[in-house]
Amino acid sequence: MAATDGSDPVVAVEDVTFAYGEKVAVEDVSLTIEDGDFLGLIGPNGSGKTTLLQLMLGLNRPDSGSVELFGEPASTFDAGERIGYVAQRSTDRGEAMPVTVREVVTMGRFAHAGRSRLTAEDHEAVTTALETVGIRSLGDRRISDLSGGQRQRAFIARALASEADLLALDEPTVGVDAESRDRFYGLLDDLNRRGITIILIEHDVGVLTKHVNKVACVNRTLYHHGDTVSFLESDALAEIYGPSHGILEHDHP
Amino acid sequence: MTERTDPPDDRADQGQELDHDDGHDSEPELDTRDSDPEADGGLNSDPTVSNPPSGHDRSPTTTATRPWRHRIEVAGIVATGLLAVAMIAFIVVDWLRMAPEWTLVPPYAGLLFDQFVVVGMWIDHFLGTNVFWLPSTWRAVATGVLIGVVAPLVGAFLVHRQMALIGETLAHAAFAGVAVGVIVIAVTGWTGSLLFVALVVSALVALGLQWLTTHTSSYGDVPIAIVLSGSFAVGTLLISWGREFAPISVDVEGFLFGSLAIVTADGARMMALLTVAVVAAVAVNYKQLLFITFDERAARVARLDVDLQNTLLVVLTAVVVVGAMQILGVILVAAMLVVPVATASQIATSFRETLSLSILFGQFSVLGGLTFSILASLPPGGSIVVVAIGFYLLAVVGSSRSTTAISMH
Repeated sequence: MAATDGSDPVVAVEDVTFAYGEKVAVEDVSLTIEDGDFLGLIGPNGSGKTTLLQLMLGLNRPDSGSVELFGEPASTFDAGERIGYVAQRSTDRGEAMPVTVREVVTMGRFAHAGRSRLTAEDHEAVTTALETVGIRSLGDRRISDLSGGQRQRAFIARALASEADLLALDEPTVGVDAESRDRFYGLLDDLNRRGITIILIEHDVGVLTKHVNKVACVNRTLYHHGDTVSFLESDALAEIYGPSHGILEHDHP
Repeated sequence: MTERTDPPDDRADQGQELDHDDGHDSEPELDTRDSDPEADGGLNSDPTVSNPPSGHDRSPTTTATRPWRHRIEVAGIVATGLLAVAMIAFIVVDWLRMAPEWTLVPPYAGLLFDQFVVVGMWIDHFLGTNVFWLPSTWRAVATGVLIGVVAPLVGAFLVHRQMALIGETLAHAAFAGVAVGVIVIAVTGWTGSLLFVALVVSALVALGLQWLTTHTSSYGDVPIAIVLSGSFAVGTLLISWGREFAPISVDVEGFLFGSLAIVTADGARMMALLTVAVVAAVAVNYKQLLFITFDERAARVARLDVDLQNTLLVVLTAVVVVGAMQILGVILVAAMLVVPVATASQIATSFRETLSLSILFGQFSVLGGLTFSILASLPPGGSIVVVAIGFYLLAVVGSSRSTTAISMH
């Protein structure tokens, strides 16, 4: 994967505040994500995790503060192929739309190709990405025919096909059975070892802390940001969820 | 008699020859790409030529698994392309007959035009009808064929973006546009086309609607419902008010329910132009439209210009709707955007296949519907829509996929 330019962090968030109308979702958050990090973003429902992630990716502009991606302001950053994003419940898409796995993964090349035709190289990148996540044989299947776990792999393959250095995943394993989920996280570990920076929002703190090497704990403001060990030793979790919570229940709709 | 036997033969020969050039001109996207796996099939299996210069979009396995089905689809699309090109040729020839004398074109165009009329006479002869020798029937059929290409083409993106009702809304806006046109023509004495005014008004409403939806929430049905009924209300007011001082008589019913008789040479020409424009725009923006249709957020993160593409899509819809309104009528025009796509989505595996099948079902519906409407002397809009829905029901019954898969909400 392409190295980041010089010593710029992958994501640099500085004093960011963002509100939906009156309701402040993210307040005074500052954090940096370095090249090669595997960051887990945790917090209760409605704590602004998704909002923060969308601010990082430049989908929303902060009301105040600044966000930089690879050393460039997120709002003007235009190397879209460097980021792979799997939105919350985005795998529900394609339920009604006939589209093959290969077509979905090929979308990862669109930011490279612009309006010109896809080249043999593009198709090769797609095949390689399908192989990496282990679903090459499913390429011609309609995506709605795949299981939840396989679909997640297809979405990851789309990010790999674009040769992204940053993978942003918003609760990717909602609705995926436990076994597929474990294998999916195994795949993320492999990708991270290859040097891809990953930001992951996940409800299950137990599963999350097994895989990530950094944790950011948010509930409107940032409660903790550091490596996983220091997070587990801190009382940030108790602070944001209340003392009785060890590991979260899956109460997401 | 000998003179008459020539033209049908001519056309058959021409059809075979055109196979590899003109078909590609009119539909660069669909024709070339869809026929590529076929054409490249041999090349791909040869390791020394594994990188043919023109892209091979599908892996050879696609063709290997269901070769006959794919082949039928390709043949159908090529045939549709040829038919569309022939119809555009007719419209162009029809238009060139009116070219200024100094261009020296009119006599030749007239000669060519007579050939179409002769073909029509033959069709009349075989079907026992008495309409196909009339240029006006040809214009209507040509317009219908082109509607059968562009409406499902744009509709495929709309349906899967869950924007199916945008078409209906813009058709109502176009009705207001017709009313505005009547008044503009009555007041200024301008001699332009009514449909052109409808096109402009519909496109402006499309832009307004796009602005509304980006500045409120997403594509909720509320702004759509408001604009739909609002523009129709304005249209009815303008038509009634215009009647008092505008001497021009407008076939309101024709615009509402569609009619073969309201297809003018002007309208057919506009349909030909907008077909070329729409097919070209979709071909150039296919990747962007597909990505945004499937996953708008991710497309935004990939830094595709989502707002621009959304605007393009609604404007294309406005353009298609105004063209299709002539035959289908304001009220039924949305069906042509939606029904063939719903039919195709029952069967297709890939999005590319959805596009091909949508256009094929659209074409079958138009040709079947027009035939029925001519034979039974009933309005074409209703006939086409009923045939289209017949195909849809067949596809639902014939495919195992759940019918609840497609929703407008």
